[in-house]
Amino acid sequence: MRVGLFIPCYIDQFYPDVGLATLELLERYGCEVDFPRAQTCCGQPMANTGCTNDTRPLAERFLQIFEGYEYVVCPSGSCTAMVRVHYEEYFHGDARYEALRKRVFELSEFLVDVLQVSAVQGRFPYRVGMHQSCHGLRELRLGSSSEMVGPTFNKGRQLLQSLEGIEFVTLTRPDECCGFGGTFAVNEEAVSCMMGLDRLHDHEQAGTQVLTANDMSCLMHLQGLILRQKKSIKVMHLAQILAGREVPK
Amino acid sequence: MSTKQAILDRIRKHLPQATELPALDLPAITFPDPVAQFSEVLASVGGSCLSVAEDLAQAVRTLPCFASARQIVCQVEGLPLGNKNLSEIADPHDLNDVDLAIMPGDFAVAENGAVWVSDRSVRHRAIYFLAQHLVLVVARAHVIDNLHQAYARLEFAERGYGLFISGPSKTADIEQSLVIGAHGPRSLTVLVVGGL
Amino acid sequence: MSATEITVDHPQRAKAFVHNDSRAHWHDQALWFVRVKRDRMAQSLPEWEQLRAKASQIKTHTISRLADYLEQFEREATKRGAVVHWAADAAEHNEIVLRLLREHGVKKVAKSKSMLTEECHLNPFLERHGIEVIDTDLGEWIVQLRHETPSHIVLPAIHIKKEEVGALFHERLGTDAGATDPKYLAEAARQKLREVFLSAEAGITGVNFAVAETGGIVVCTNEGNADLGTALPKLHIACLGLEKLIPRAADLGVFLRLLARSATGQPITSYSSHFHGPAPGGELHIVLVDNGRSNILGSDDYRRSLHCIRCGACMNTCPVYRRSGGHSYGATVPGPIGSILNPARDLQKYAKLPSACSLCASCTDVCPVKINLHEQLLTLRRDVARAGHLSRGKRFMMRSASFVFRRPRLYSALGKFGRWSLRWLPRFMIYGPWNPWGKQRDLPPPPRRSFRDEFRRRQA
Repeated sequence: MRVGLFIPCYIDQFYPDVGLATLELLERYGCEVDFPRAQTCCGQPMANTGCTNDTRPLAERFLQIFEGYEYVVCPSGSCTAMVRVHYEEYFHGDARYEALRKRVFELSEFLVDVLQVSAVQGRFPYRVGMHQSCHGLRELRLGSSSEMVGPTFNKGRQLLQSLEGIEFVTLTRPDECCGFGGTFAVNEEAVSCMMGLDRLHDHEQAGTQVLTANDMSCLMHLQGLILRQKKSIKVMHLAQILAGREVPK
Repeated sequence: MSTKQAILDRIRKHLPQATELPALDLPAITFPDPVAQFSEVLASVGGSCLSVAEDLAQAVRTLPCFASARQIVCQVEGLPLGNKNLSEIADPHDLNDVDLAIMPGDFAVAENGAVWVSDRSVRHRAIYFLAQHLVLVVARAHVIDNLHQAYARLEFAERGYGLFISGPSKTADIEQSLVIGAHGPRSLTVLVVGGL
Repeated sequence: MSATEITVDHPQRAKAFVHNDSRAHWHDQALWFVRVKRDRMAQSLPEWEQLRAKASQIKTHTISRLADYLEQFEREATKRGAVVHWAADAAEHNEIVLRLLREHGVKKVAKSKSMLTEECHLNPFLERHGIEVIDTDLGEWIVQLRHETPSHIVLPAIHIKKEEVGALFHERLGTDAGATDPKYLAEAARQKLREVFLSAEAGITGVNFAVAETGGIVVCTNEGNADLGTALPKLHIACLGLEKLIPRAADLGVFLRLLARSATGQPITSYSSHFHGPAPGGELHIVLVDNGRSNILGSDDYRRSLHCIRCGACMNTCPVYRRSGGHSYGATVPGPIGSILNPARDLQKYAKLPSACSLCASCTDVCPVKINLHEQLLTLRRDVARAGHLSRGKRFMMRSASFVFRRPRLYSALGKFGRWSLRWLPRFMIYGPWNPWGKQRDLPPPPRRSFRDEFRRRQA
């Protein structure tokens, strides 16, 4: 299985270990993984600011760069959603895009749905608070949202559950937004931080030791608040936990 | 050109592709015991429901809202408990002193604790709202499961006024604190009559 | 909005709201609780998602044949003795209402909740013309007494504490000083508003649903005030936006099952009144209002916002609305739906509203008529940028970012430099007013090597 690794720009620059953990997981389950160096950014920050003209060239680059792979896998729900859902307006039924979008996956859904991973070997004897990143949850449906009526499922949790010793905490608001929202974090700084701090209080009251999610952007925002407030909660991306990383000191 | 024509023209210019009128064929909740469900839901919205097997008049007389009532309007057939005749009152403002109104309900809906009443044979619709307390009498056989069934029974060919009443009047506008008895009746009691 | 504010500054207003930390959390909790009640109601109906889908289909169909349905509604309503009026905009709506009141010699009006009349600023207009208008929903009345606007379309006084209501009523109604018990205060309001109902010369109501097939209008309340206001005076004026139409009476089964459950977490409101024609000896005037709706109808992007049944569920679930309050939106309808409806009407004034949103999409998942709220909010940001309402700073940043991201080697070099700077620059140079991220958050600890550096080393 030839996989093109799609690493979001902020993971490339600030959280390389998340990329490495993703790479290790894919190889563990038999994928031949390549990282096309020409990639930079999917264009989400530009698109979210309404600057579609600045986004278009990046979308076209993306298509060219990743066309040749059997699968494209990304450790981020929002970047995956950008390509699979929001690139539509730049390509309008273009056959190359239609073919590509079927093959672009976020990491946890790729492991569960394509690689059919049912159990992940490893030990993680900690109380884990799973943050449900919004784009992954409500655009990619990586899990059931609390607003909707229907069967409950969650691909990320399904994978984590199989780790030995892991304990999941119960939050009062299981899938409320952390407040990152891309440029929102800066444009509406006051509300963004209040949202993030509220999430952290929820995790604290629930007894979270390790806070995880499948979107490093949420975690970057929450970690920023944790560091400033000198809280003890540790932050790890889903890929890092599954790949067997130790909890950071 | 009239405003109406201008609006309609502007709308017609902007209309998207027409879609078909959807059939109302979706599954809807039903209950093994509609009366029990109705009673439970009504209680949860601040009303109360009593099953009356035999003596309706007696059942009404034992209600607290009856004991304290001085001015009573009663339009339930065969129930001579009123002392104010709605049909003889010309001005609905004169209903301001009504303590208790006992009115017939056409049917009751289990899913939401609602009773359908109307102005058919009711001279002043204000009675449902000015009375301090309201009692509605519904036949057991007319307690249905859900609102879709309700609309299957209703028709609006003529001029008229009808409404679903579910519980007493209420408000939570002061710091989300529920207060029963805001503007309309302070209590709602539904008497479900008829054999089991 | 200040005289110099061309665009409603949501971020600034939100910041002020958040600043009162305990109050902001109180507001957030109050609305979250309503969301929780909605969830309980939704979960109690296995067919909930099918109901939403059906409601969405009915609205899509109705909009696609809106002109026909409006004409049918007028015919049927007229047959049953109502008089139907058409208003192109807010001004015309206000003139029609004023004319009707004057023709009937009305000086005092009992009004029950109508977001449409708020949108048209009817109250101040009538007052300027010497007519007394009393809002009779308790929350609307409280807000009216405070000379404010509602901050939520269903829970208009959600931003007001009971101590404040107590103080207000003490001053205006003579209730006991320091009294805060909601029961006591509501009882005082009941007595006072009953006098209003008994002395009102006309009743004005909104309309939740207008049925084309039967010419009927449905008004839903918990207090019974719409009915009290129209069962006593002889004149009933009902005002609605064009989009409130539904084709058949049977469709009410779908919408009434969704409305209260979505709005307040109740199975149905205390009163769901169906008016077909006037009361005996009375008059019913129905005013159909366009005010920009026919334009939105023409937009492929925003047409679905016309499905809105004004339940407020999107506001209750919106993490931003809960923490910034309805007044921060500077418009009659706030929250997610307001951040679409208002910019669609006046893009410049409301250019910042589509960005008052983290794109979490919770609103889309609670909307009973399945409006794709978060998608429309994103599309509006594109319109804001195209119309030139983005700050020059933002435009420059995005253009620069796009420039860099098209050049992998430049991007790599800048990334390396950025990380190096963060490792070596003193804290006071990194965190300052030029760094809004850094006001309450630390930047991520900068790694020595990027992922691509690590990947290259790994391959070697």
